Amino acid sequence: MTNKDIISLCPQAFLPFWRRSPVTFILVILSIIYLGFAIHFFGFSLSKILEGFANMKPILVAMFTWQDFSTWNFPGIFDGLVQTLAMAFLGTFFATLVCIPISFLTSKKVFRFTLLRFFIKRILDMIRGVDILIWAIIYVRAFGLGPLAGLLSIFTADVGTLGKLFSEATDNADTKQIEGIESSGSNKISVIRFGVVPQIIPIFISQSLYFFESNTRSAVILGVVGAGGIGLQLTERMKAQYWDQALFIIVLILIMVTIIDTLSRAIRKRIIDE
Amino acid sequence: MNNILENYSKNYSEQIKKRRFWNIFIVLGLFVAILISSSIIDLNMTRITSGIPRLGDYIAKILPNLDTNLLFANSQIEGSVPYWYFNFKKYIVLLYETFNMAVLSTLFGFVFALLLSFFSARNITPNVLSFFFVKRFLEFLRGVPEIIFAILFVWALGVGPLAGIIAMTIHTTGALGKLFSEVHENAELKSCEAIRSAGGGWVPEMRYGVLPQVLPNIISYALLRFEINIRASTVIGFVGAGGIGQELYLVINFNYYEEVSAIILLIILTVITIDITSGALRQRIIKGTHD
Repeated sequence: MTNKDIISLCPQAFLPFWRRSPVTFILVILSIIYLGFAIHFFGFSLSKILEGFANMKPILVAMFTWQDFSTWNFPGIFDGLVQTLAMAFLGTFFATLVCIPISFLTSKKVFRFTLLRFFIKRILDMIRGVDILIWAIIYVRAFGLGPLAGLLSIFTADVGTLGKLFSEATDNADTKQIEGIESSGSNKISVIRFGVVPQIIPIFISQSLYFFESNTRSAVILGVVGAGGIGLQLTERMKAQYWDQALFIIVLILIMVTIIDTLSRAIRKRIIDE
Repeated sequence: MNNILENYSKNYSEQIKKRRFWNIFIVLGLFVAILISSSIIDLNMTRITSGIPRLGDYIAKILPNLDTNLLFANSQIEGSVPYWYFNFKKYIVLLYETFNMAVLSTLFGFVFALLLSFFSARNITPNVLSFFFVKRFLEFLRGVPEIIFAILFVWALGVGPLAGIIAMTIHTTGALGKLFSEVHENAELKSCEAIRSAGGGWVPEMRYGVLPQVLPNIISYALLRFEINIRASTVIGFVGAGGIGQELYLVINFNYYEEVSAIILLIILTVITIDITSGALRQRIIKGTHD
């Protein structure tokens, strides 16, 4: 077979790209034009970026020359780490407590008040639309600097997300168990207790654990706006240009997050397997 | 028969006992953890009760006092929507900047992540050494929060969106790289064998064997990341890295109360709109692959 024979077998496949799939081609061209426009919009240039990276060099050097260990304030760093964990734990725990009743109220399976469900869901949407750092900055205004503001912002952001996930889990509960208990003449509370709760508890626990895990990450950044924890220690040092100490704290954060991840993943696996 | 029943009930009560023990243990553990954590962050009722009225005050201050009769009057009259949003043009430009920050960082992050993900997928990596190092590298990139990178780049590149875009690109590369390599690890490698038998090297194998089957999943992950980046780009300005967050930080610190709610409302609307659009797109992409 010559090349010509092969092409004649399926001529479509050997057309140039812009004739094979013109829509994709036009989309690609349009996105490249938009990309160029966006780069122009920000006024970027390669020289600017290269200049910036040249500025990075002294910072990187400072990061890796560790000196003056006596001024590093290790107890402060340790406190920050522990505070971060405490913030994440309490925030997730209280959010879980609040979200359990919310999930029953917003679930089609348990209650049938459509209007109430609609309003709660829209409020949860609003809460989710605001980033956790914005909550933190508002709480810092009201409760002052410190981990309390961080705890409350984790709590608020989690109510938005966990409330949605929990109500979805409740919606997905098996109807047969619920109907069985309803048919034996039980009241609403027994229906929830024996029909719904046993199905959703493992999901709730594993989701809460997952959120604890991701909240230890969020709790790290809350310190940027003054809401306590290790982030406060880190940003203070970055503002004062103690880059070596900043790198040390970043490494500690990475280690802490990895440990929490591994632990929580192991526990979640056990819960779901059971 | 009786014996079986007896055995069964004995077994049952033993299991219940065991479970009770564990439940009590877990509840006690949680209780102790709560006590310790509360003492660490100095949580007490007086601080909360004294903070709540202040929170209420603040929220009351940032909410606009709109007058229902003057709702659509011009921007000179207090109580109208145009008065509340007198800076609307500026906000729109900033929102557009924020949107573009998310677009650019997602795009660049997508490209870098796609390139690196082929090395960090266990089944298709060219050699073990690159697998190990690329994987650790990606872990580092996504382990450090983007706002920390942003602080660093604001020092190096100056205040402005460039620092934010680079910071978000780095984080996106790490996060997407991990997801992409997981997608590659689930890919079917038979088409790669066919390409190898026809004399294709590693690059054609990836391009024609792996990429076509993973593309829908990859694009759907990238869209998901875009949603996340939109949220991130609204706050990355808090450290001076551009976007509407920079303006929000300013109006919060200068106590321009009504502007705070104006900006937050715009952010919420933007985030929800993008979430809905991109969610619909993702559904279509995933559905298209199953048809």
